[in-house]
Amino acid sequence: MPSDPAGEGPAELAGTHTVRFPGGYTRSTGPVIGRFLTELRDGRLVGVRTAAGRVLFPPTEYDPGDGAPLPDPPEFTEVGPAGTVHTWCWVGAPRPGHPLDHPFAWAAVLLDGADTALLHALDLGPDAPADRPPARLRAGLRVRPRLRPEDERTGSITDIRCFRPEVTRITDDHRLDYTVRADAALTRYLEAQLHGRILGSRTRGGRVYVPLRDVDPVDGSPMAGEVELPGTGVLTTFSVNHVPDPRAPEVPFVTGYVRLDGADVDLLALISGVEPGKVHAGMRVRAEWLPPHERTRTRPSIRWFVPDRGTGAEGERR
Amino acid sequence: MSAVAVVSYASRIHPEGTADSEAGLVHSAVTEALARSGLARTDIGFTVSGSLDYLTGAPFSFVGALDALGAWPPISESHVEMDAAWALYEAWLRLRHDDVGAALVYGFGKATQGSLPEVLARQLDPYYLAPLGVDAVSLAALQARAVLDAGKADPAGLAAIAERAAGRCAARPRHAPEDAPPLPLLPGHTARPADGAAAVVLATEDTARRLAAEHGTAPVWIRGLDQRIDGHSPAARDLARCPSAERAAAGAGLAEAPVDLAELHTRHPHEEVLLREALGLGPEVPVNPSGGPLAADPVMATGLIRIGEAARRIAAGTARRAAAHAAQGPCLQHNLVAVLEGDAR
Repeated sequence: MPSDPAGEGPAELAGTHTVRFPGGYTRSTGPVIGRFLTELRDGRLVGVRTAAGRVLFPPTEYDPGDGAPLPDPPEFTEVGPAGTVHTWCWVGAPRPGHPLDHPFAWAAVLLDGADTALLHALDLGPDAPADRPPARLRAGLRVRPRLRPEDERTGSITDIRCFRPEVTRITDDHRLDYTVRADAALTRYLEAQLHGRILGSRTRGGRVYVPLRDVDPVDGSPMAGEVELPGTGVLTTFSVNHVPDPRAPEVPFVTGYVRLDGADVDLLALISGVEPGKVHAGMRVRAEWLPPHERTRTRPSIRWFVPDRGTGAEGERR
Repeated sequence: MSAVAVVSYASRIHPEGTADSEAGLVHSAVTEALARSGLARTDIGFTVSGSLDYLTGAPFSFVGALDALGAWPPISESHVEMDAAWALYEAWLRLRHDDVGAALVYGFGKATQGSLPEVLARQLDPYYLAPLGVDAVSLAALQARAVLDAGKADPAGLAAIAERAAGRCAARPRHAPEDAPPLPLLPGHTARPADGAAAVVLATEDTARRLAAEHGTAPVWIRGLDQRIDGHSPAARDLARCPSAERAAAGAGLAEAPVDLAELHTRHPHEEVLLREALGLGPEVPVNPSGGPLAADPVMATGLIRIGEAARRIAAGTARRAAAHAAQGPCLQHNLVAVLEGDAR
């Protein structure tokens, strides 16, 4: 049969049409669903007890297990408001007809006191990621309904706007601000960095410390003198950080200990100019300085250390 | 009661949609199925179809397809607003009365004309589910999560099922950018609606034997056929099980002998996991050698096509006993199982 007439004859005709009942399609609720929706409009969640004693939520006129009718008159009982997620799926890209316009879950929620679950939307916040469900979304998550305001409720299952997780944690974002007054050694160290110099101290036993300090931490004796160190050295160890820091807002970033050439202790520094996965202990690095106009007396003027590819030693080490 | 056989089958599937009318699709499939059976239109004693008016968005649109049949003078005709596998169930019941020798079953739909996930959502409970706007793909994703959480499958296993279906489909349509289903479903894990039609001719034993002798057709006997339904609300069911499919398989006598293959109405990979368990199909049983609905899903004909594809393989001699399954409703709510056998050779 001719399945593709393209290229011959007139162009294909296509039109659109919509199916919609003018004014909406009305349905009677009956006494059981009607009672549930009335209570919901008034802010209460009620289930109904079957002859076998199970609580159906939302209520139906029959036991879904065996079709048995409810006792007459039916006994309604309040359930929830808290409940437990049984199963769920993660909607990364909500469709136009969905109740939320940011990523959310559909979830089967078993309210406390009920024996059947309710399907509804579960909101995990406007910033929930599209590509993966939040880690706390699991079967067993405790949730509660979020009702619409009283004057917006009409007696519809959507009077429950959505469910939300129970509160199990709070976020403390308080901050403390300090002013640190630099002692003489630190002042001298930072001022030297304004001019691109790295200062350390030599102990009486000949060990070289950096940054500059006043006394030998081994025995408390005064330092024998100042030493100027080069901006090159070896990375002795490092860590990859996934929590942003004011000096390194982009994660992941690498911090490491740099043993400057001529020093006997390591200097803590940021490592950059290399993918975190390619950083290795023993790497030759060199200081990358802030441009002079960005340097201040109150912070080190070394921006970070980067791989030192100019020495030739790097290649041999690999 | 007479034994009943599938004597012929034909399908028309357009994965990218077609401008052909429903009646045109039906006419083409029915004409081929009748030609293969050796029967004329006037030899058919009962005709029954399955379709969904919501696919077209026009009431009684199924009546228009009758134009394809030659329905004057009036014929004995019926229709179910269900997958045409359930039309076959009605025809099978009708033939067992022994007063009609042959029945024509067909199903059709043009599912590319609207948004199928929203169209299927109109079949949901109008008080508790439809107002939420929950769509059919979201409900399938809920069931996939339940299957994973129950430890019945892992993501790699589901991906392998989807890959296998894609491998059996020569021209699976490329995914549109909006085609990102709710997790844990992944792109390619949802059958894409197609346009199409399928037709099956059934006959009683006497008629089937006569056609075999006169035309060389190979009757494929319906040894068992049963259909069962679970409760409607997916939230009130254990989605990691499919009790109605278990019962339908038992009612059809599936376990009485091993099957060489199974054609299952699986629109998502996790449904194969659930149905293998419910139907007692071990890993040695090939599922959906045709590619299955993941390769081509002409909605409302898809379930009937499972029966037709299984019967086609038996008639061709590549299988002797097979299971065919059809499903409808949210989260495999309603299941039909057919057990098909060829004559011993």
